[in-house]
Amino acid sequence: MSALLHPLAFIGALVLGICGTIGKVAIFMARSFSHILRPPFYPKELGVALLNIGWLSLPVVGLTAIFTGGALALQIYSGGSRFSAEAVVPQIVAIGMVRELGPVLVGLMIAARVTSSIAAEIATMKVTEQIDALVTLSTNPMKYLVVPRLLAALITVPMLVGIGDIIGIAGGYTVAVQNLGFNPATYLKNTVNFLEPLDVISSLVKGAAFGVIAALMGCYYGMKSERGAQGVGQATKNSVEAAAILILAANFVLTGMFF
Amino acid sequence: MIELDNLQKRFGENRVLRGLTLNVERGTSMVIIGGSGTGKSVALKCILGLVTPDSGTIKVDGQDATTGDRDAFLARFGMLFQGGALFDSLPVWQNVAFRHLRGSLKKPQAEARELAIEKLRRVGLKPETADQLPAELSGGMQKRVGLARAIAADPEIIFFDEPTTGLDPIMAGVINDLIREIVVEMGATAMTITHDMTSVRAIADNVAMLHEGVIKWTGPVSQMDASGDPYLDQFIHGRAEGPIAAVR
Repeated sequence: MSALLHPLAFIGALVLGICGTIGKVAIFMARSFSHILRPPFYPKELGVALLNIGWLSLPVVGLTAIFTGGALALQIYSGGSRFSAEAVVPQIVAIGMVRELGPVLVGLMIAARVTSSIAAEIATMKVTEQIDALVTLSTNPMKYLVVPRLLAALITVPMLVGIGDIIGIAGGYTVAVQNLGFNPATYLKNTVNFLEPLDVISSLVKGAAFGVIAALMGCYYGMKSERGAQGVGQATKNSVEAAAILILAANFVLTGMFF
Repeated sequence: MIELDNLQKRFGENRVLRGLTLNVERGTSMVIIGGSGTGKSVALKCILGLVTPDSGTIKVDGQDATTGDRDAFLARFGMLFQGGALFDSLPVWQNVAFRHLRGSLKKPQAEARELAIEKLRRVGLKPETADQLPAELSGGMQKRVGLARAIAADPEIIFFDEPTTGLDPIMAGVINDLIREIVVEMGATAMTITHDMTSVRAIADNVAMLHEGVIKWTGPVSQMDASGDPYLDQFIHGRAEGPIAAVR
């Protein structure tokens, strides 16, 4: 109601709120990165994070990529047939998966799976005073909780994107060869010949950026969560929303920079 | 000795600490009592640096708690949290040996495990508990594990935040006795916050009554019943009528 009565005040408060959040996230990110190179290090926690974020995300990433690649092949074939361009299926599937769909879909799946899990875990630790307990045990929560997750996402998400790209292309290949009558050797040759190193590099760089965003949002909202079950739920919801929006925005910016 | 001088802390409009001044002598057990929301937990958290006071000073053995080597400062403390605050992802022994598995006090894993089992025995838990996860334990056992973790590195100062909350009277008695024994045995300085008057009588050498962010009364536990302080009298007798508003 007050938004209707005082629209300017509402807009002003909204803009200030957004600016405040951007500033807080930027400070949180700077603090997180500043701890990466300073001891103590927690290799065991990094190992666990690598396993959780990387290895255990493989099934979700693989399934997402294979179905998307297959559907993309069907769509390109169907759309291309309107102007007798069915033969471009391998090239469009390859470029579509590597440049856009691979990184974005992997990023969004990581936001759904990893960001939510990090936010819920850290927020619960905060609510149950486990973060305070870490401090009293002379352990910096930024180093113990945030840095391993951030590093693990930075390392594994580009790998997941690379794997997702390959599986997505394989999905398109399977559909094209099995259902659309493409010659397997020609399909593979066209795919390999059409892709350029910059396509792959952009895909992996996007993966690294999306990984950092996903882990950072989970950690940030987890660490700043309020008390109680509602606080944990709110932190989880906010982290996934923020990660998804930032991933899509970063994708737009990175695409503009690369191409 | 812990010295708090004119400690003030506000959360938004809520002035929680309004000039808290309190001294805790080395090797004694101070219990802070007071109603909910009077600032007891905030006071402990200020000492540990978990909450930054707006003004006032905190000194431990004459040294300002906000300056100097933070790790060395925190290494002198152990804390039992109200809910245990055990790390759910770690087995019990790794919770107890947390300080001995990383950082400046790091020891070989086998030695850290032995030390953890010894501390678990000290709080009345069997060695078999060591490999269980905190979620597999009862509330009383979790409190004991929390206590074992608090004393694991033989701290000079131990804080107990509502040590008997949520426990049945028998288990509360067991925890009170354990706290008293351990504090005496280790010669540690203890600060406990509680609402439980049975705990106060079992644990305290000295008592401080906190109300509206200031200490209303402090003195030896033996003088508590004859203090003549209306706030303390109302609190220890659990009366609804008196200077402390029943509805806050």
